Amino acid sequence: MAINEETVKQVAKLAKLEIEEEDIHTFTKEMDSIIEMVEQLEGLDTEGIEGTYHGLNQHNVWREDKASNGTDREDLFKNVKTRKDGYIEVPAMFDNGGSEA
Amino acid sequence: MNFLDYTLEELHDKLVSKELTAVDLVEASYKRIEETDEQVGAFLALSKEEALQAARETDEKGIDPNNVLSGLPVGIKDNILTKGVTTTASSKMLEDFVPVYDATATEKLKGAGMISVGKLNMDEFAMGGSTENSAFKLTRNPWDLSKVPGGSSGGSAAAVAAGQVPVSLGSDTGGSVREPAAFTGLVGVKPTYGRVSRYGLIAFGSSLDQIGPFTRTVKDNALVLNAISGHDPKDSTSYNGETPDFTEGIDKGVKGLRIGVPKEYFNEDAKETGVIESVRNALKLYEELGAEIVEVSLPHSRYGIPAYYIIASSEASSNLQRFDGIRYGYRSENVSSLEDIYVKSRSEGFGLEVKRRIMLGTFSLSSGFYDAHFKKAAQARTLIRNDFDTVFADVDVLVAPTTTTTAFEIGGKIDDPLAMYMSDILTVPVNLAGVPSLSIPCGFSNDMPVGMQIISKHFDEQMMYRVAYAFEKETDFHTKKPAFKGGE
Amino acid sequence: MNLEPVIGLEVHVELKTESKMFSPSPAHFGAEPNTNTNVIDWGHPGVLPVVNKQAIEYGMKAALALNCKIATHTKFDRKNYFYPDNPKAYQISQFDQPIGYDGWIEIEVNGEKKKIRIERVHLEEDAGKNMHGEDGSSYVDLNRQGTPLIEIVSEADMRSPEEAYAYLETLKQLIQFTEVSDVKMQEGSMRCDANISLRPFGQEEFGTKAELKNLNSFTYVRKGLDFEISRQEKVLNAGGALDQETRRYDESTGGTILMRTKEGSSDYRYFPEPDIPNLVISDEWIDSVRASLPEMPKERQARYVKEFNLPEYDAVVLTATVEMSNFFQGTVDNGADPKQASNWLMGEVSAYLNSEQVELLDTALTPESLAEMINLIADGTISSKIAKKVFKELVTNGSTDVKALVEEKGWVQLSDPSKLLPIITDTLDKNEQSIEDYKNGKDRALGFLVGQVMKQTRGQANPGMVNKLLKQELDKR
Repeated sequence: MAINEETVKQVAKLAKLEIEEEDIHTFTKEMDSIIEMVEQLEGLDTEGIEGTYHGLNQHNVWREDKASNGTDREDLFKNVKTRKDGYIEVPAMFDNGGSEA
Repeated sequence: MNFLDYTLEELHDKLVSKELTAVDLVEASYKRIEETDEQVGAFLALSKEEALQAARETDEKGIDPNNVLSGLPVGIKDNILTKGVTTTASSKMLEDFVPVYDATATEKLKGAGMISVGKLNMDEFAMGGSTENSAFKLTRNPWDLSKVPGGSSGGSAAAVAAGQVPVSLGSDTGGSVREPAAFTGLVGVKPTYGRVSRYGLIAFGSSLDQIGPFTRTVKDNALVLNAISGHDPKDSTSYNGETPDFTEGIDKGVKGLRIGVPKEYFNEDAKETGVIESVRNALKLYEELGAEIVEVSLPHSRYGIPAYYIIASSEASSNLQRFDGIRYGYRSENVSSLEDIYVKSRSEGFGLEVKRRIMLGTFSLSSGFYDAHFKKAAQARTLIRNDFDTVFADVDVLVAPTTTTTAFEIGGKIDDPLAMYMSDILTVPVNLAGVPSLSIPCGFSNDMPVGMQIISKHFDEQMMYRVAYAFEKETDFHTKKPAFKGGE
Repeated sequence: MNLEPVIGLEVHVELKTESKMFSPSPAHFGAEPNTNTNVIDWGHPGVLPVVNKQAIEYGMKAALALNCKIATHTKFDRKNYFYPDNPKAYQISQFDQPIGYDGWIEIEVNGEKKKIRIERVHLEEDAGKNMHGEDGSSYVDLNRQGTPLIEIVSEADMRSPEEAYAYLETLKQLIQFTEVSDVKMQEGSMRCDANISLRPFGQEEFGTKAELKNLNSFTYVRKGLDFEISRQEKVLNAGGALDQETRRYDESTGGTILMRTKEGSSDYRYFPEPDIPNLVISDEWIDSVRASLPEMPKERQARYVKEFNLPEYDAVVLTATVEMSNFFQGTVDNGADPKQASNWLMGEVSAYLNSEQVELLDTALTPESLAEMINLIADGTISSKIAKKVFKELVTNGSTDVKALVEEKGWVQLSDPSKLLPIITDTLDKNEQSIEDYKNGKDRALGFLVGQVMKQTRGQANPGMVNKLLKQELDKR
């Protein structure tokens, strides 16, 4: 086994997904076979090889610092389920310092 | 009026000569959809009123004789944003999502005068190879309704194959245009990464995704790619070099060209031998036409599938985090806390395959696994890319089958994710390398179309189209019409 | 046990660009909620980030001011976490190739100088804001989302809350001089988290640290660290062990409250941002940014002492902020005597700014008008007493022609002997007793007589001239 139920649960937690208790076994088995497949890479010698993280190898693409008006607020709020005045409303959260910025 | 009988240039001539109007074409499109879509299931949504309005305006303004796409109907894959028209990516998550802006590709097609008739079914968030992962409907292969049209752009392929629209847009992250093109006897392209702006394409694997058109002929395809290509200041990963006319030199033939045949792409033990046979026949034809056929090797090909699934899923796991039920999209009804909004909305809003990929991606990026998974896959990607660079120093194009089999039965692989993943084996290396590839019809196996891909160097789509066109001119596979087998 | 505090600070500074880090919406403070936002800031499906070149350059400028090296190859990464103020559920940041690294700044505590090393300066986007309501809901405003930030991470080189305080003051001053940020804690354009641990003196390795958040002023940083030191000391001295914790500073009590322990900490799954091509920074670019750096406080102080003969103390006060320093330079450039300019800026001007709680640049005073006023005092056109009235006028209403102003207001000093003599003669005639006292050697009498003349001229007489003329006339009697 490359992965166990405990790990699946932890990963689901990170991904904000819930795997039903009754599905966890099947799901783990499936994940395990997928992970076993991707772990074929273990056999590949990549010593000293730079990774490729972009689809195209170009650099220094940017824009000048010019501001333009934002999107119309009413347009943005068309898809919002709950709002109050100009704010997006969400259930109160425990302030666990979630925002790291 | 049947789109299957005409090329885009022929339709354009009819518009210019006023034998037909844009309204005629749009109406013909809706009529054909009405006749066939109950069986095929290509469209998720139609925008009839807007399309007819646009067609009337085009007719009033007059067809631009210099603009071959002006007044022609088009169908758009439902992961490409259309302002004011619901865009779902075939996910419950976005069932009622109405974009407030147009994707650059949408904008460019509209700018070229094309008229969008509706949005096309797909695997949810483009994850899948059969369009069976749509949250909303099943799309069937017009050649045989018991078979899949391929995926993820199955709706886009089926719509063109069924003659509902002359052109459609799809997106290709690991083969999602080429595989359905192969399965439905169409021409479908995965352009060089960076050729077409991704702005407004709902991201799946950001470093792999490209939008590409489905057409019935090679030249049609080049014409549509002309319209959607080019640097976009809104997409930093779009290529900031020149965009040539892809039809230029298309009829120069293959005499004196070196065509590489990657041996790893020809599994002689395959259970469906008709596919490789068709491609071998095509290679013979190329040889007769004066090309030199050279066997080459892409030795890291076998690492394509694992590297692809790690990279695409990792990027997807991050890209799909924005679907959190807060600013747009599905929100679970029974929530009492913020955590509920996240977990319940995502768990109820995403389908099983999307969850699998998010899980694999999250796992591959998590601490302790990053080096062995994500980083390793990125390194494998470099080796795969180098393979292509090496062979392209020696040959002008590569020719290989697009898929290992023709279209499979609906339900045939859906319970075996791994088998489904393996069907991308011949398409994913191209996305990892970023090179362009065009799938064209090259024969039949068990009465189903076979696709052959023509792969060229980065940004050398002209060569790819040229080689494809030379084959198409000598064959009639692209003129065959689907049988709607199993239909009434 | 005798324990030594080990402190490191992480400081976020908002960069003063026109538009956001990765989107063209306005990066301004204080607009109506969700009006300075666009689809990119909202993380709508399909949107892509495009780097603001100015933000890169500002980041480099700040890093250079902190004596950092600049990375010639750098990139952006995604930091993944869910939170309502983080719309994409990832923050675009820099993970393993920060734009600046290996820097240092010099601080001074109780006259002792010390170098604090800076590990890194990296670029990232700010999050939006969550307002926590009393009604069971929170409210999200994404105006701040995407504002360019630099995060400045120090090495754990500080050994007391006072050093941390001095580090922050110096950092603020240096960044402020580069003018890439307003660096105001109260407006959130400068924010600080602190890491603190204790270890026995002489021990090399670090103890278990706590990370302090919600430190909204320099004073809170000091108080929070003070509290943490005594809290950790108590645990350690009682033989206990500390958990690695994140703690929140509570403004009402001055203490810190547990937010989460390390076990609950996130796995951010950093990976290179595929939507943004890598950056290659040329030496030419670095050199041009370096050349654009203004003269920094330490250099200015040295120059003020050497070139203007100012006392060290004046030089330090005048370079506390870039506005004050530039204002001083401007005043001198307009012909004012440096010491007089210094006296006015440190005296009347600072007193005014304090009492009115305004910024120097928000007043009507200009270096030109201040210089002209100082010169009018020097040439005797106005008295230093009247100058206070002139200053009040300049600072509130301003003037482009101070000489015309004082003439119009009738504030010009009376120095002409032919006009003063009749008044002096008259005053002496009326004060026989004072003349006698003066002759008898009582100095006070002269003062009294000067006062009488000043009174007669409603303060406009030049006191020096009055003094001279009075003595001359007294000697005649």
